[in-house]
Amino acid sequence: MKKERKTREPLVHITKRATIPLWKAILVRVVAILIALVISAVVVVVFTHKNPVEVLRAMFNGNFGSARKVLFLLQRTAMLLCISLAVTPAFRMKFWNIGAEGQVLMGALAAAACMFYFGKTKMPNWLLLILMFAASLIFGMLWAIIPAIFKAAWNTNETLFTLMMNYVAMQIIQICVSIWAPNGSGVMGHINPTTYKGWLPDVFGQKYLINIIFVTILTGILFVYLTFSKHGYEISVVGESENTARYIGINVKKVILRTMAVSGLICGFAGFLLVAGENHTITKDLAGGMGFTAIMVSWLAKFNPLIMMGVSFLLSFLHLGGVQVAQDCRLNESIPEIITGIILFFIIGCEFFTRYKLNFRSAGKEEAK
Amino acid sequence: MIFLKIIHFISAAIVQGIPLLFGATGEILTEKSGNLNLGIPGIMYVGGISGIIGGYLYEKAAPTPNGFLLILIPLLASMLGSLLMALIYSVLTITLRANQNVTGLALTTFGVGLGNFFGGSLLAMFGESGSIALKATGAAYRTKIPFLSTLGWFGDLFFSYGFLAYTAVIIAIVAGIILNKTRVGLNLKAVGESPATADAAGINVVKYKYLATCIGGVIAGLGGLYWVMDYTDGAWTNNGFGDRGWLAIAIVIFAIWKPKLAIPSSFLFGGLYILSVFIQVPTSWAREIINMLPYLVTIVVLCAVSARKKRENLPPASLGLSYFREER
Amino acid sequence: MDNVAIELRGICKTFGSIKANNNVNLILYKGEILSLLGENGSGKTTLMNMISGIYYPDEGHIFIDGKEVVISSPKDAYKYKIGMIHQHFKLVDVFTAAENIVLGLEEQGRFDIKAAARKVKELCDRYGFVLDPNKKIYEMSVSEKQTVEIVKVLYRGADILVLDEPTAVLTPQETRKLFDVLRKMKEDNKAIIIITHKLHEVLAVSDRVTVLRKGETIGSVATSEATVSMLTEMMVGAKVELNIDRTEPVNPVPRLIVEDISCVNRENVRVLNDISFVANSGEILGIAGIAGSGQRELLESIAGLQHLTEGNITYIDPENGEKKNLRDMTPVQIRDLGVRLSFVPEDRLGMGLVGNMDISDNMMLRSYTKGRGVFLHKKEPATLAERIVKQLEVVTPGIDTPVRRLSGGNVQKVLVGREISSAPTVLMAAYPVRGLDINSSYLIYNLLNEQKQNGTAVIFVGEDLDVLIDLCDRIIVIGGGQITGEVDARNTTKEEIGYLMTKSNGGEQ
Repeated sequence: MKKERKTREPLVHITKRATIPLWKAILVRVVAILIALVISAVVVVVFTHKNPVEVLRAMFNGNFGSARKVLFLLQRTAMLLCISLAVTPAFRMKFWNIGAEGQVLMGALAAAACMFYFGKTKMPNWLLLILMFAASLIFGMLWAIIPAIFKAAWNTNETLFTLMMNYVAMQIIQICVSIWAPNGSGVMGHINPTTYKGWLPDVFGQKYLINIIFVTILTGILFVYLTFSKHGYEISVVGESENTARYIGINVKKVILRTMAVSGLICGFAGFLLVAGENHTITKDLAGGMGFTAIMVSWLAKFNPLIMMGVSFLLSFLHLGGVQVAQDCRLNESIPEIITGIILFFIIGCEFFTRYKLNFRSAGKEEAK
Repeated sequence: MIFLKIIHFISAAIVQGIPLLFGATGEILTEKSGNLNLGIPGIMYVGGISGIIGGYLYEKAAPTPNGFLLILIPLLASMLGSLLMALIYSVLTITLRANQNVTGLALTTFGVGLGNFFGGSLLAMFGESGSIALKATGAAYRTKIPFLSTLGWFGDLFFSYGFLAYTAVIIAIVAGIILNKTRVGLNLKAVGESPATADAAGINVVKYKYLATCIGGVIAGLGGLYWVMDYTDGAWTNNGFGDRGWLAIAIVIFAIWKPKLAIPSSFLFGGLYILSVFIQVPTSWAREIINMLPYLVTIVVLCAVSARKKRENLPPASLGLSYFREER
Repeated sequence: MDNVAIELRGICKTFGSIKANNNVNLILYKGEILSLLGENGSGKTTLMNMISGIYYPDEGHIFIDGKEVVISSPKDAYKYKIGMIHQHFKLVDVFTAAENIVLGLEEQGRFDIKAAARKVKELCDRYGFVLDPNKKIYEMSVSEKQTVEIVKVLYRGADILVLDEPTAVLTPQETRKLFDVLRKMKEDNKAIIIITHKLHEVLAVSDRVTVLRKGETIGSVATSEATVSMLTEMMVGAKVELNIDRTEPVNPVPRLIVEDISCVNRENVRVLNDISFVANSGEILGIAGIAGSGQRELLESIAGLQHLTEGNITYIDPENGEKKNLRDMTPVQIRDLGVRLSFVPEDRLGMGLVGNMDISDNMMLRSYTKGRGVFLHKKEPATLAERIVKQLEVVTPGIDTPVRRLSGGNVQKVLVGREISSAPTVLMAAYPVRGLDINSSYLIYNLLNEQKQNGTAVIFVGEDLDVLIDLCDRIIVIGGGQITGEVDARNTTKEEIGYLMTKSNGGEQ
């Protein structure tokens, strides 16, 4: 005879919360971030053998140490925010587009191609910039719309499709670079380094500033689009329930295609800014994984463009601060990814406590008595 | 001689395919439980660097290292590292029911960061300079089967690899048998198809999801270990592993979630990865086109599978969704 | 008593703010069939989910063979030989019947699916089931799937069987067969609970009835001593007198003509077969039938949500008598034609409303395209929301509350309120009072009557035959996607309709 296992009462029983007060929801997140920061600090201190105050100073120094650094922080925040905005409409529709990296790269490639081919002609700079702008948007959009077409037609898994499209985009860039790069070096270097053709102008004598301005405007536009426009409303309905959308006569396939097109357009725009406003060159690492980070930013901000500003700032701050710490300690520059990872784990994990309630069995019984 | 060249090519394709096979088998097991683990690329980095750390510490501690321990210590270190990574993913997505895509991407960010950080800083942390090169450990992992490997082209084709390569194939075959021929496999597939059904049938859904994800993670991590110990001979280069983790996820689709098919698929993708070197394409852009093929082919397969809608070939029905028993 | 199979004492279960079970008691004896009777939403399924380990009770005790037990997972339930057949089958589509049946079992020895299939075959022969163990679930009909579920439970040697609304998807013949099987199992000294809200089934098959109302136990009676009126009273509370003010039809002229429509579902099964009828203005047309006989598809076809393979749907404009063809039109196209067609679907939160949006935004679902420009006009919906909340006495903290937080009755008020706010000329309502308490139900009946008096053509799909007879002017009965008869509601009986409901399926052979 097998020994009968006695059934124990479950220690913790999980139930779904109906609602949670706002202050509690915020408290849970703040506590999670604080714990994450403490753990990150411990990790960094263990790795660097420096005292925590010094590490913290290095973090701030890396971000606010000089006017240039502040501008760079804002620029990075802006680019991350821009891509986060791009993925948001699709996510609101529960379309898991993780192909932002590729869509940005295709936008960037289009801009670089225009610079490369028209930079030597007599085309005026303003016309070239407009051409680059248009080409970026179209390429970004095309890259986003391809998986959407298959999703609409055959319900092809969009997560896996868009993921693969990233690498196809990177390879296309590799192909172009190997054709364009001088003497087959495989490295592009600045395009039009002497004529500055296709470079966005400095505003108030500051590089990058124009990117920051553009993205700020875009944030406002997208917020209004998602919250107050009919399109935004349709996106929400499709995301919540395709059946309801069908019931009120929304053409679900059309909305999927249109929304992915919007996502792609913004990604293309981000690519344009990366090329024309920041790097003036093209490599397959141009987006530097921001296409993936943006997905997390958008999700953490609950797809709200205004909260995304804060989240992108936080992640950019940690990134640049981490780079500074690594440089100061002559360690590898991957520290920021580790810190970002730790913080993300905690914020992702704490969501649970806002959605579910833990009922401890023994405590509940005593209360009942 | 063209024949020998082909043999050489196939053998090289297999070497390239082994890390992919580890990753793909691990991800298939994970996905069969309904978890889409996009953290696999990160786990493979950690699997590699944990092995490196273990090997480095042992080589440092033992002036005359023992061949057996040279293999065992990095192996255990690697498995432990991958297991911890898979546990992070499991706790977040299974117990805390977090979004799988976001968790996976965060895990990859974290894992790649961790790999590159230790790869770049390990020596500095011990006050040394230069780059990591574990000669003794690498040599131990690259030990070939004596006698058999010297059988000319036949030996080159079948017996010229380190033991991890054979392990990869064996694990894939065993995984296939478990999935298709055993009770555990049936239960696991049920969990991935319909956790509510599995639960109602008395299967411990949480346990299966944890086990599949963790075992899958450890298997994938071995891919990273093979890469650093066997392929690069105990050396670490930052981002040297590249995007092979994503390619492993692509193979899962290409092999329509069947470990048996993952074996030839991995070798095929490995072959495509190095094809451009072998056929001596005249221009570098042509080489890049060939490098694009694995991804393009995967997309085509994904579309074809979804268009044909043969139920057995579709992704597990609950892939990407978290399960809560008292959902109403 | 030795003879008790399972006893529940003081079971409580809360979901969010809803008390689904409150201090429920229940006894089940060996070798009996117990009917668990109650309206929709009375907590029957919740209660049974607790003995099968799907839910875990907040409070209360469960006794099996006189010993207190804790059932915290379905696995525990199997350990105590409890098996449940859920209304929504719990089967893995890509598996075969045999694979589903052995799923999760912890037998000793080698795993041999072929041996299992043989064992399944033997079991089927013993109880008279027809089942191919190697057939995939996705290739099966509903009744085959149910057979798999039952065999699965028997295969595991369950002594206590719970069946949740097992007849909802079955034809009368299949139902009869099922009841035979249940009686056979009873002879084997198994204890059986059958969840239902159909009185005639209670009387036909069970030995005893336990009635739940609003999550509480009302009482138990032996079936032999029970009468329909007595059970009804226990089920719905105070002695029910269905007094619906039925007025004479107001100037009935054809408004909607449905001619020979047919359609197939995704699995290529004909779900509508040559359906024809006319809906008149100022009249309530009832549609009766066993659940899943094509009611949903019929309404969706008219609303422009189903693709028809044959037939025509014509709308006659009340203003100028113009005929408008609605076939293969989308809801938007229908609206653009000037047809004011309203539809209260069966699935309120999954189709009629968006659970996570507030009342005001839900008002917009039908009207958001109105107004010029790309932006939403939020003022009108807000006013409408205020008005509906006030007029229909919706209990809610405010119009910015997500509708999923409202109770079932209030959700329905919001939905019906929105649908009638556009002064429809055709109003379709599918099971509009399902899960509602009596007061809310009457409010809905009154609203439908009001529409009738306004000259709207009302189409009412219902399941309660008493209500259909008292509320409607004419009733068409469908079975298996076909019309099996039409009756004048003023001169018909439940028996007549009941006969028609079951007729078609027999007639097909």
